[in-house]
Amino acid sequence: MPLVLVAALLLLTACGGGPFPQSVLHAEADFSRELDGLFKNIFAWAVGVFLVVETLLLVAIARFRARPGRPEPKPVHGHTILEIGWTLAPALILVFIAVPTMRTIFSSAGHAPEGALRVEVIGHQWWWEYRYPTLGISTSNELHLPVETHIAVEMTSADVIHSFWIPRLAGKRDLIQGRTTRIAFRPDSTGEYWGQCAEFCGASHANMRLRVVVESDSLFQRWVDHQRAAPVVPAEGSAEARGQQIFRRSACIGCHTITGISTAKVGPDLNHVGGRATLAGALFPNTTEMLRRWISNAPAVKPGALMPPQNLQGADLDAVVAYLQSLK
Amino acid sequence: MKSWLTTTDHKRIGLLYFWTAFAFFLVGGLEALIIRAQLASPSGIGVRAETFNQLFTMHGTTMVFLALMPLSAAFFNFIIPLQIGARDVAFPRLNAFSYWVFLLGGLFLNASFVAGPLFGAGRLSVAPDAGWFGYANLTSRQFSPGPNVDFWLLGLQILGIASLAAGFNFVVTILNMRAPGMRMLRLPPFAWMTLITQFLVITAFPVITVALVLLMFDRLFGTHFFLPSGGGDPVLWQHLFWMFGHPEVYILILPAMGIVSEVLPTFSRKPLFGYTVVVYSGVVIAFLGWGVWAHHMFASGLGPIADSVFAGATMLIAIPTGVKIFNWIGTLWGGQIRFTTSLLFAVGFIAMFIIGGLSGVTHASAPTDLQQTDTYYVVAHIHYVLFGGTILGLFAGMYYWWPKMTGRLLSERLGKVHFWLTMIGMNLAFFPMHLSGLLGMPRRIYTYSPELGVAGFNLVSTIGAFLVGIASLVFLWNMLRTHREPVTAPANPWNAATLEWAIPSPPPVYNFTVIPTVTNRLPLWQTERHGPMAPLPERPPTPIHVPGGSWWPMITAAGLPIMAIGALGRFLPVVFAGLLILIVGIYRWAFEPFEM
Repeated sequence: MPLVLVAALLLLTACGGGPFPQSVLHAEADFSRELDGLFKNIFAWAVGVFLVVETLLLVAIARFRARPGRPEPKPVHGHTILEIGWTLAPALILVFIAVPTMRTIFSSAGHAPEGALRVEVIGHQWWWEYRYPTLGISTSNELHLPVETHIAVEMTSADVIHSFWIPRLAGKRDLIQGRTTRIAFRPDSTGEYWGQCAEFCGASHANMRLRVVVESDSLFQRWVDHQRAAPVVPAEGSAEARGQQIFRRSACIGCHTITGISTAKVGPDLNHVGGRATLAGALFPNTTEMLRRWISNAPAVKPGALMPPQNLQGADLDAVVAYLQSLK
Repeated sequence: MKSWLTTTDHKRIGLLYFWTAFAFFLVGGLEALIIRAQLASPSGIGVRAETFNQLFTMHGTTMVFLALMPLSAAFFNFIIPLQIGARDVAFPRLNAFSYWVFLLGGLFLNASFVAGPLFGAGRLSVAPDAGWFGYANLTSRQFSPGPNVDFWLLGLQILGIASLAAGFNFVVTILNMRAPGMRMLRLPPFAWMTLITQFLVITAFPVITVALVLLMFDRLFGTHFFLPSGGGDPVLWQHLFWMFGHPEVYILILPAMGIVSEVLPTFSRKPLFGYTVVVYSGVVIAFLGWGVWAHHMFASGLGPIADSVFAGATMLIAIPTGVKIFNWIGTLWGGQIRFTTSLLFAVGFIAMFIIGGLSGVTHASAPTDLQQTDTYYVVAHIHYVLFGGTILGLFAGMYYWWPKMTGRLLSERLGKVHFWLTMIGMNLAFFPMHLSGLLGMPRRIYTYSPELGVAGFNLVSTIGAFLVGIASLVFLWNMLRTHREPVTAPANPWNAATLEWAIPSPPPVYNFTVIPTVTNRLPLWQTERHGPMAPLPERPPTPIHVPGGSWWPMITAAGLPIMAIGALGRFLPVVFAGLLILIVGIYRWAFEPFEM
């Protein structure tokens, strides 16, 4: 019976189409699956209680409707046995919910086994910085992870409180300046999973999104090697080279790092920005058109964005866009 | 007009509370409808992100502090002295003071919608925009430089004073002003729930006041209580806020539970089933309500021990709540149920509150909450509790006591239209939110990706919200049209059992011609143990002294927003001017002659 109800819920969500990249009901890691199992267990109890109590209520109002000629009701004031019964019944049900709850609290407390891949997540208004301390690389917004590997995530914030949430892989956890919070999980299957900030963090809270790419060991290793490589150096005389020159003498270097050109750490590292699928906190596809609009007026496409509009036009803007896109 | 400005009559103050709170309820509802219109599709109707953040902040703040609490207060004011057989509350002028502080605090908060030009903000509205929970360190001067958060923290401090004054007033009133023979366990259940609520108010509001004062110091004087950059801790704010915030949930729901416990017996023609159990379960809920605050913070990484304790304590609350629901069904069972609008809303309360309660159990479990907190699943939960619970309960009370408060009967036909539109609308609005939440839609976002697959659910929610809006207009029309009708309501139109129905509708200014002596819990009913109380004389046998009005409560209240305006503008002389008004007001009030 509970299984039927859970199935009904799943069917209901499935009716809306798919593929639900951010659904908690489509778990693809040990952490999220554990939470999902616990939820469905409690949900089944809730549905059972719902049916019993609502039925009693409906029967009461249907059966005891006032009808002319019926005698005055007996002035019953209470019933001790009934009171004891309906105090104990919910208490008993709660035992069946509390025990697996406590067990899951301890098993999902964020402790990863030895040898897990360490990832540091730093929240910024309104983008995500990722560092892999053991691999010596860092990236932003799009997190790459190897499949069937334990991941130990350590999180903090550079400014206000954010919450890191990839529903299909893990429950959410807040990022708080001055503290380190942890989650641990092990993705089961390759694919792209979506997430976004879940703690209100200001103007563009809605636009602080992220992607997680879970890939096979070999693809992940290839990605790591690529991230470690120095950024592409454009061919002399090319549009990209002109873009690099403009980048070098613009406000860009005040916030962004490109190895060999700038070292600032306010905004995301741009060494391999051209290789990312999305821009601006996984908000837009990384296309020429969107990159142009982003550089010329970021706050217009992402409210509150801290990158000010750049005074670049025409050929200059094209050159910078070409340069950034070449940084695969 | 003057008699309304200076009134200290609890019944007039009750009506002032009612109309003011209902107006704020419509404002909060309008904010909700703009939010829903924006979310009907992923791309929205063009509400800017900054505006959207103001709207949901003010929707929450307005509904909690300016609509639901004061609507309950309207009933406390009007009904409690009548139910306990008193001529007024213990401190009538303090009662007037509470109302004026509430009104001015509400106007102060909402003035932020048009105050932009005064601060050179470049736009009209500088309404609070950091959420009704105002999490640190987003509320710091660094991340919220405008006056928006100042409006919020000063407005809430003003409103807290209104709540605290009313809280002490009603605790004293209920404990000391009861008619002879009205023992504690003869108090009507609504009076009991009011008493418990006021104990929560006077213990919980000091906590938020302390938190707001610390925040004010951070913002105005450069301290670092909540700022990690200066060694402070933003999580401290969360503890303080929810230590207030969770008792606040019971401050919002217990009065509605009290109303339902009055309405069900009246329209079933049966005494409340398990009266003492219902009363004590209310007390237990209030006690447990103090020990569960951190269940709002499971995602903040408190560690497994704290998570287990707070999850366990939270689950325990399901027991007394369930007991209440069973007792209400027990009251209906075997009765002669008359399906008035009031009863329909009371039954609707039970049916909807069950859903909110059960979804509450799913996030009492800390691990599952990690997937639910800050998503639309929780938005669904709070609206089943606060709309399906509190608001339906308040509507039941409005239909029930309207004849007593105005002497006129509401249309039952319009009432039923209101009920069914509300029920259909709220379920269309709030049920799909469970699903959009489970599919990954966070709260407090002005836009979402179409790929999430939640657009359809959001459209249905929006349609439902507009139905609720239409239903509220039907109710407004129902109330306004009675004002043109003659006063025709009998003293006891529903054949109810409690003392407020022993006197005419509306009651004379002195309430009771003779203070009744109470011998049982159901004074106006014939039961197996006793007959109905003898009717009170139509005219007072001896003259009754009724105190005159006073200007001082209103003048004293005016000092508070003036101080707040000075703090907003960082202009000390205005703060001192407000303080002076406050002090002079209190002094003159204290030495006011007994008769004007």
